[in-house]
Amino acid sequence: MPMIEHQGGMMIAVKATLMRDLTLLLRHRGEVLNPLVFFALVITLFPIAISPDPQLLAIIAPGLLWVAALLAALLSLDSLFRSDYDDGSLEQLLLAPQPLAALGLAKVAVHWLLTGLPLALMAPLLGIMLALPAGSYAVLALSLALGTASLSLIGAIGAALTVGLARGGVLLSLLVLPLYIPVLIFGAGAVQAAILGDGVSAHLAILGALLAIALVLAPWAIAASLRISING
Amino acid sequence: MWAFIHKLGSPKWFYGISAKLQPWFWAAAALLLVTGSLWGLAFAPADYQQGNSFRIIYVHVPAAFLAQSIFISMAVSGLVFMVWKIKVADMAAAVMAPLGAAMTFVALFSGAVWGVPTWGTWWMWDARLTSMLILLFLYLGVIALRGAFTSRDSASRAASVLAMVGVINIPIIKYSVDWWYTLHQPATFTLTSRPTMPIEMWLPLAIMVLGFYSFFIALTLMRTRSEILRREANKRWVHDLVKGRVEETR
Amino acid sequence: MAFDSISQFLAMGGHAPYVWSAWGITALLLVTIVWHARAEHRQLLNGVKRRVRRERARSAGASQVPPNAARFNSVKGGMRDDA
Repeated sequence: MPMIEHQGGMMIAVKATLMRDLTLLLRHRGEVLNPLVFFALVITLFPIAISPDPQLLAIIAPGLLWVAALLAALLSLDSLFRSDYDDGSLEQLLLAPQPLAALGLAKVAVHWLLTGLPLALMAPLLGIMLALPAGSYAVLALSLALGTASLSLIGAIGAALTVGLARGGVLLSLLVLPLYIPVLIFGAGAVQAAILGDGVSAHLAILGALLAIALVLAPWAIAASLRISING
Repeated sequence: MWAFIHKLGSPKWFYGISAKLQPWFWAAAALLLVTGSLWGLAFAPADYQQGNSFRIIYVHVPAAFLAQSIFISMAVSGLVFMVWKIKVADMAAAVMAPLGAAMTFVALFSGAVWGVPTWGTWWMWDARLTSMLILLFLYLGVIALRGAFTSRDSASRAASVLAMVGVINIPIIKYSVDWWYTLHQPATFTLTSRPTMPIEMWLPLAIMVLGFYSFFIALTLMRTRSEILRREANKRWVHDLVKGRVEETR
Repeated sequence: MAFDSISQFLAMGGHAPYVWSAWGITALLLVTIVWHARAEHRQLLNGVKRRVRRERARSAGASQVPPNAARFNSVKGGMRDDA
């Protein structure tokens, strides 16, 4: 039964990649905490730069929280494949008999678990500081959790394309930010709709649809990009 | 079919056939652009609401069409290059990107200028202008990525992947920006959406659009030929090609 | 004809700065693009011509060298120019 053996092999490989990346990242707690601190810092800048007036802040809070979370997620992207590229374990991943798309997806899942999800859980706290109107906190966290998953997937394509370049950091944001705009529109839109008392299910459904598209297509682009960066 | 594709992929064959095709497209572009400009500027009636500022439509809309079409052609060329390893496709994609960015800039500039008499401001976050701005960023990303690699093959493949990712995203970006715009500015006047456009107005527009497309094809043929010369400068057939002329200039 | 006179045509019903700047920038850009493409093509052709002439001079200078060696020279020259 070679077929079953192969599938089992893939699940084992994906699980092993997941566990390895989780262990590695949890060992470097700084890398997990930095985006969160960055998120909080950026949110602190806005009342200082604009106005501490709660009424004004309440109006712009959904957009600010979403933009700051998006930037924090972007900041963490560069390290997604960097250390694996430097120590050569990315080449091992390429040589593995299991499909690279699945292994890449496992790495992205870890990235979301340790960046997107914490950002989503932290956002309501910062929402309180920005006088975000009540009733939108759950939607904020949910939209960020859904949205950052898409952001991690799209961003991983850019990270894979630029991992072989010496100074890929700024280029990475140039490549990835335009692609983030639909997620930003519907993510921030969901929070705004919740504040206005409109239904949020349409927004969340579209965010889910975007995530579904990204889940289907992004792994292949990530795999192709990694091959270019390593072999090229 | 396969033989044809591989023949098409041969730079030498492409160099020859494009030399024959090129003059026709240049002639068509010149004829259509001159006709369309004269008609659009001098003969088309003024708009009942916007007056003569409406004549900006004859450069704005063709440029915006072309900006989107060039991105799609670039992604298709990238796909052809990735699947069949046809180098000419990648050369075409490489020369399309700057033209696409230039057309996006024209669409943005003419849209901004048009905004002054229409909205009383240089910039409005209008749905069309916003998606054009994002498209410009996408073009700049592809150009920057191609320039960032030292190996030409990696640069080609990376730019192809990014163009394909971008082209899947363009409709998503366009629809989400439209949706966002209608949500935030429901009662604003949009530049080019008018239900009934008389034939004297849209016929010159159609001519201008065709002229811009001919220009794009002619320029892409010409610059792909240059790109072939650049990349194959040490091939024997290129040397044989210029030898006749070398004899003359001696 | 939508205008009665040349001066009216140039004035564009008071919208002259907008219409003519949008059209002007577009025309200027298209002309510049064509000019640049022509100059680029001519320059590349001249480059190839110069290379052919140089190779011919080299092979004429060393006519006793077998043809295989001459070809090897040309390949080497190509690689160096690429770098």
